[in-house]
Amino acid sequence: MLRLPPIRLESPATVRDAAKLIAKGNARLVAGGTDLWPNMKRRHQKAETVISLMSIPGLAAIDSSDTDIRIGGTATLANIIRDDKVRERFPAFAKALASISSPPLRNMGTIGGNLCIDTRCTYYNQTEEWRRSIDYCLKEEGTICWVATKSPRCWAHTASDSAPILCALEAVVKLESAEGERELPLAEMYVDDGIDYLSKQPDEIVTEVKVPGTSDSSQCRSSFWKLRRRGSIDFSTMSVAAAVWIDDSEIVTRASMYLGAVGPAPMPVADIASVLVGNKITEDGIAEIAHAARKIARPMDNTDFSPSWRGKMTEQYAAAALREIAGLPQLRMQPRHMLKVV
Amino acid sequence: MVKAFNVPQADETAEEDLKIIGKPFRRVDGRAKVTGQTRFADDVHFPRTAYVKLVRSTVPHARIRNIDFSGALAMHGVLGTLTGDELPEPFGIMPVSEDEHALAIDTVRFVGDPLAAIVAVSEDIAHAAALAVKVEYELLPTISNFDDALATPEPQIHDYADDGNIHKKVSLKFGDVEQGFDDADLILEDNFFYEGSNHLALEQHSCLALTEDDDRVTVYSSTQCPHYVHRALAKTLDIPGSRIRVIACSNGGAFGGKSDPFNHEIVVAKLALKLGRPVKITLTREEVFYCHRGRHPVQMHLKTGFRKDGTMTSQHLRTTLDGGAFGSYGVASTYYTGALQTTTYKLPNYWFEGARAFTNKPPCGPKRGHGTPQPRFGYEIQLDKAAHVLGIDPAELRLRNLVEPNTITSNWLRIGTIGLKECIDAVVKGSGWKKRYGKLPEGRGLGLACSAYMTGAGLPIYWNHMPQSGVQIQLDRSGNVAVFCGETEIGQGSDSVLAAVVAEVLGIDLKDIRLCVGDTDLTPVDLGSYSSRVTLMVGLAAKQAAERARDKIARAVGEHMELPQEALVFADGQVFPAHDPDKGIAFNEAVVIAESRFGTLGTTGSYIPPRAPGRFRGAGVGPSPTYSYSASVIEVEVDSGTGLYDVQKIWMAHDIGRAINPVLALGQIEGSIYMGLGEAVMEEQAFRRLPKRLSPALVHKMPSMLEYKSPGFHDMPEIVSYMIETNDERGPYGAKEAGQGPLLPIMPALANALFDAVGVRVDQVPIHPEMVLKALHEKQNGREARVGPHKFPDIDYGEPLIVRTPEQGGDGRATDDPKSKRKGLRSASGTMKERDDALKEKSSATLTTD
Ligand SMILES: Cc1cc2nc3c(=O)[nH]c(=O)nc-3n(C[C@H](O)[C@H](O)[C@H](O)COP(=O)(O)OP(=O)(O)OC[C@H]3O[C@@H](n4cnc5c(N)ncnc54)[C@H](O)[C@@H]3O)c2cc1C
Ligand code: SF4
Repeated sequence: MLRLPPIRLESPATVRDAAKLIAKGNARLVAGGTDLWPNMKRRHQKAETVISLMSIPGLAAIDSSDTDIRIGGTATLANIIRDDKVRERFPAFAKALASISSPPLRNMGTIGGNLCIDTRCTYYNQTEEWRRSIDYCLKEEGTICWVATKSPRCWAHTASDSAPILCALEAVVKLESAEGERELPLAEMYVDDGIDYLSKQPDEIVTEVKVPGTSDSSQCRSSFWKLRRRGSIDFSTMSVAAAVWIDDSEIVTRASMYLGAVGPAPMPVADIASVLVGNKITEDGIAEIAHAARKIARPMDNTDFSPSWRGKMTEQYAAAALREIAGLPQLRMQPRHMLKVV
Repeated sequence: MVKAFNVPQADETAEEDLKIIGKPFRRVDGRAKVTGQTRFADDVHFPRTAYVKLVRSTVPHARIRNIDFSGALAMHGVLGTLTGDELPEPFGIMPVSEDEHALAIDTVRFVGDPLAAIVAVSEDIAHAAALAVKVEYELLPTISNFDDALATPEPQIHDYADDGNIHKKVSLKFGDVEQGFDDADLILEDNFFYEGSNHLALEQHSCLALTEDDDRVTVYSSTQCPHYVHRALAKTLDIPGSRIRVIACSNGGAFGGKSDPFNHEIVVAKLALKLGRPVKITLTREEVFYCHRGRHPVQMHLKTGFRKDGTMTSQHLRTTLDGGAFGSYGVASTYYTGALQTTTYKLPNYWFEGARAFTNKPPCGPKRGHGTPQPRFGYEIQLDKAAHVLGIDPAELRLRNLVEPNTITSNWLRIGTIGLKECIDAVVKGSGWKKRYGKLPEGRGLGLACSAYMTGAGLPIYWNHMPQSGVQIQLDRSGNVAVFCGETEIGQGSDSVLAAVVAEVLGIDLKDIRLCVGDTDLTPVDLGSYSSRVTLMVGLAAKQAAERARDKIARAVGEHMELPQEALVFADGQVFPAHDPDKGIAFNEAVVIAESRFGTLGTTGSYIPPRAPGRFRGAGVGPSPTYSYSASVIEVEVDSGTGLYDVQKIWMAHDIGRAINPVLALGQIEGSIYMGLGEAVMEEQAFRRLPKRLSPALVHKMPSMLEYKSPGFHDMPEIVSYMIETNDERGPYGAKEAGQGPLLPIMPALANALFDAVGVRVDQVPIHPEMVLKALHEKQNGREARVGPHKFPDIDYGEPLIVRTPEQGGDGRATDDPKSKRKGLRSASGTMKERDDALKEKSSATLTTD
């Protein structure tokens, strides 16, 4: 079997202690470990010390009593989906979470971990031996990006399914380090670079995710479409998350759309606001936004399905996500398994 | 899931009045499996076990210059290392291609080829130490696929290849092929491609070896073929087979992926002997992809002549197989890409040419359906095309061509019973084919395909005259019946078949049977769980042994009761006179009487398949005691805007001869459908060749269960299965195989359904949605609405062997092969050395394969 290298495992009881430990360097945080442990077994993420956040009391709380919903950094995906308020008020978020991996992994995987998971690439998510046989790549130890050999940068894709929808819903994360605490709009936590994909400092801990009450389903219609091969386990090879705020006269007051897995960060489709705000949602508007989405998407040959088809599908799914919001009949087949995830 | 049974009760069976056979009894290993008590190879533990990690090549093709173990040996807990020079004897499953070494000696041939082993006190240390080994290579050119191998005869990956890097070439011509094409009203020629795939058994290969007493080694392994492992160990370890014991643990799935002897088995046995302590290895999933032996990627060129009425006049099939770095079963696989083409529909004239190449990739070998799904894919699509051109319903076209039962095909295969008509009728009726085919709204469609498969290969892998299956029965005074057999449970239910046959004959409960299987020290040889042979061969051997035991008991009890033994009935744990059931005695009392009369009670049974009629070189591949038949209809819905499609329902009818246990048989049918669907829709053993100017690398694209896509529960459509019983007298209680045949129609039925739905042809698998979209795009632009290969490589297959067909009055021999008149060289071991010697003597080594 694949084995972990020797590590020192710390289980601090408070966020402060965890922050102090991580500040010492040569350490990594772990929550559910569903991303970190495989990566360490394959030796592309390394650390002498691993600091588990799972014994910190209260960090897994889900507080849905207020207008904003506050989710603790180590709340598991399964527990978030199980929360009635979350499902009712942020259905597309719940749908995105329910599409993640498989039941055992959702029982272990956390929201903090999901927002911070490493970017992915089929040249990179491989064992040490395998990567030796391609002489590694830019993201780790090597000098060439095999996806785009002339590229000076890494194109590994964002893999989190909660990130695009939470960005669209204008979620805010709370970050804590030995230096102190700060809040950051989630969308600003991501950087369009396969290697340095987070603006968050390595010693900052995601302690909370706040989904604002203003994004509640009573004011905001949202949708999430995910393209993947199979009905379980698979990461997105492209996803579309959209949120549209519509007033009583069906006029759009605010709108946002993010694409997953077609670039190193969740990619905003800015045109959605310019096309929709102040107008009703029309077929033409949808087509225009979908077209823009396709241009923004940068699918690479680093995951399942061919890049060109994923590009075409971005347009199709962007349109489908908006049709769902507008209550228009669907033209595209949605894989059976995506119809009943929640 | 809706399941329909369609099990017509044949008259004979009613007379037989069977208690267990044909009934849905619980599999004998079922409870242990679901409660976690089954001991798989990785569950075997002994004190002081040491762990092995293999150091594998990180380059596709190179000479080994130097191996530096210093970093590894400096680690605390490392016990030692092993390199190829300590295991110089080559091995390989087929006597004609013993081209493997336990650890590469001078040359590595693919990324993942093992070249050294580290043994340590823990798996963690072994893993870390293996990573610390430094290897220097002198690179050789990378040969990445068949076409590459054809264009690059030098350097040879193996020097014994037929021609450059073409491992094996075959050309067999039956009948007057050219005349057949002249007689045709319609000739279709198509290119097809079938991608390779892995078996993806859930259990990774695992093996533990330990020494006992003096110079004896015991090997527990997840293998389908303990007997072949036993032979390979004796050869490579260079110790007598009598001192080696191989125990096949229950396999957590195998599908052909555990039917070769493997490097790791030899390495742990050698290290156990060297260290005198138990030594174990469990492969990672990535390493399983390197062991491989999966489906060969095959290119096909298929040319068939049809008359206006849909009957066929002639066929010419050319195939190429991308074999990977070693022979494995490849010579047989090559023949199999042509051998069964004649078993479903009458083909009066048939020319098959096949060639297998060596390439720098993990070796391909047998996977469920071994070599036959690829040509079946092309054939069944081409029939659909012909039906379309000729304006004949595809089901009707097939019915017009059916092979007759109890006949000999143009390539000299003897056919037994055929339920293919009944199979077609069942799926046509079930799917509402007549009302719905060609008439569903745009975007929805139905596709039909059929197939046949062997029920056990007629010949063993190495030439011999001994039984292919043996069973030994020991009867105890307690009433316990111990059954010894070399068969191996790989999940297919072979233990249950073995127990059921014995229990049926002796009229006892399944629980009173103790099985001892797959242990080369204790059990008579069975060749292994491959080629769908176990139900038939073990079943008949078990039946013979059990009937001998029954007759012995009946004689003793008859004497005791003063009745003729024929008057006694064995049923419900009793032995009683047929005319007076109340006078019966318990089975264990009957055993006591028999043991008192004859002494210790034991019987044996064995099975050798009937001799096949073909006498030409290559006739060894294809014969089987009897063939199973399947027909399937698939319903699909297609989104023409994206190419995404949804397989909505599958109807499958399978001529199983007779279901020994309908529930287990149904499981085999559904499992075959599942696996076929995986190959049709998504599975591919794909590789990445990095840009040549930057790197020699050729790596498996995704050696993990996450990125190698295989369907899960969510992806399975509704299935309706029908079992057609034709009661073949060649099988035990009429049984044929069920584990492989029903896989074959799935891939072509899907392609045909897509055509019915949106009018496009995809002549390759897996069928990715983007291919459907591309074909639709071609159609919209007025081009041929097709995705698939446009070319077939230009290969010189050599002079064909001409064989006159039975219809032409042939005798089963080739007419133009001077060697075939002479007796081929066949020895008990049939090694490569003997083959070489034979070639030197200008005699010919006869192919002896499965
Ligand atoms: C087979 C498989 C399939 C998967 N499929 C999907 C999928 O479809 N969609 C998807 O989105 N994900 C998928 N995942 C990834 C993963 O399971 C989930 O993203 C999960 O939510 C990660 O959470 P975790 O707690 O296990 O993260 P961990 O592995 O514990 O951590 C992941 C990363 O985040 C860091 N981290 C963890 N918690 C914090 C914190 N509170 N603050 C700061 N940094 C932190 C860690 O240091 C690490 O770098 C899959 C994983 C596997 C193995
Ligand atoms: S995108 Fe390029 S640099 Fe980044 S992980 Fe993949 S191959 Fe490496």
